[in-house]
Amino acid sequence: MEQKTKISVKDLNLFYGENHALKNVSMDMKENAITAFIGPSGCGKSTFLKTLNRMNDLVDNVKITGQVLLDQEDIYGAEVDTTTLRKKVGMVFQQPNPFPMSIYDNIAYGPRVHGIKDRHKLDEIVEESLRGAAIFDEVKDRLKKSALSLSGGQQQRICIARALAVHPDVLLMDEPTSALDPISTLKIEDLMEELKKTYTVVIVTHNMQQAVRVSDDTAFFLLGEMIEYGNTKDLFAYPQDKRTEDYITGRFG
Amino acid sequence: MRLKYEAQLEGLNQELVNMGSMIEKSIEYAVDALVNQDAELAAKTMKNDSRINREQKKIESTCFHLLLQQQPVAGDLRFISAAHKMVTDMERIGDQAADICEITLTIAKQPYMIDLKFLKKMAAETIQMLIKSIESYILQDRKKAEEVIGNDDVVDELFEREKSELIHQIQINPKCSEQAADMLMVAKYFERIGDHAVNIAEWVLFALDDHKTE
Repeated sequence: MEQKTKISVKDLNLFYGENHALKNVSMDMKENAITAFIGPSGCGKSTFLKTLNRMNDLVDNVKITGQVLLDQEDIYGAEVDTTTLRKKVGMVFQQPNPFPMSIYDNIAYGPRVHGIKDRHKLDEIVEESLRGAAIFDEVKDRLKKSALSLSGGQQQRICIARALAVHPDVLLMDEPTSALDPISTLKIEDLMEELKKTYTVVIVTHNMQQAVRVSDDTAFFLLGEMIEYGNTKDLFAYPQDKRTEDYITGRFG
Repeated sequence: MRLKYEAQLEGLNQELVNMGSMIEKSIEYAVDALVNQDAELAAKTMKNDSRINREQKKIESTCFHLLLQQQPVAGDLRFISAAHKMVTDMERIGDQAADICEITLTIAKQPYMIDLKFLKKMAAETIQMLIKSIESYILQDRKKAEEVIGNDDVVDELFEREKSELIHQIQINPKCSEQAADMLMVAKYFERIGDHAVNIAEWVLFALDDHKTE
């Protein structure tokens, strides 16, 4: 069965001043799938990830041309509200960054900002989000405790829960497990498998085994260009471009 | 980069080439021993089979460790997977050569009552197929591998002709029936060697294929 496209990128170019950081990138990302971006340092994969919820708007001197269509609407359209966009397209970063607040307040923060005041409603959202991030049972008896008292892996799941609390469609994850121990990494990979049933997940990863383990589709970037994109198992077993093969087999870094 | 890995892959390649050479020699000696009724050569070749078996275990271990340590992908993964499978077919070819020698030990005691012409043709064809299949691996030659696969029909046909010839011989000269029965088994072993050479060629194609084939 053909899967629906959630995000469609057309001829995207990004410039940091004079630096042409992303060159004519076009690709379609499937709904309820995990798409991975791989490539050597500096290839543009994190920059590209951030174009998907306009995080690059916050950087000085950035120019973007082309289109990023979310459910067929260009997120760079003049009428688009970036706050609403970033609610719909949430993001998790490499270093877990919970707010210096209680676990409860971390999760309730987003909904409160969006106007939800009812205590019962907030309780519901907090529980639902923590369950969605597979951490409710671990923290349910200490929701008032500071999120900073948790381990790295737990903090990262709090950050995921925080993103889920505002009911996004898409979850962007920039090297979400790079700073975590192997067991936390595997827990979060299991979580991604669950999350894709409800959300569309896009991850940047340096860990190629992770890309093979978790993703449905993979895109390989090099020097700002997308070199190859396709079904993950096919790309890793039968790469079509020599540059892809050389990278994934470790012949160059 | 990955110098240790490159060295390991080259090591595996060399081990496969060596094993290929060992089984080629085994078959050639088995055929010589059979044609010349050389029991001593037959016995020596049979004894050598244990070396081939040890080589198979060694290569399987190399493949296993490469998968464990290096998590290969793409062409490397296909090559290592193919090597792991090819080595089983190579070891079976070694077994077949030893089986031919075992029969030679029995039938070498009496002069041959039956013409070996089809058997010699089968021997020549299967040796050629084996040499070509190993060359296709060494040279990464897709065309050679495909030729080996195409050749299987030739060997199968020779087997059928040998079988008919042996049945005919038994009918006209019942005294040769025991020898004929042994010759039929030898012919079957050659036919199996041909099948294993085809398997090797198919694994070479798998390793060389740069796209999925259903």
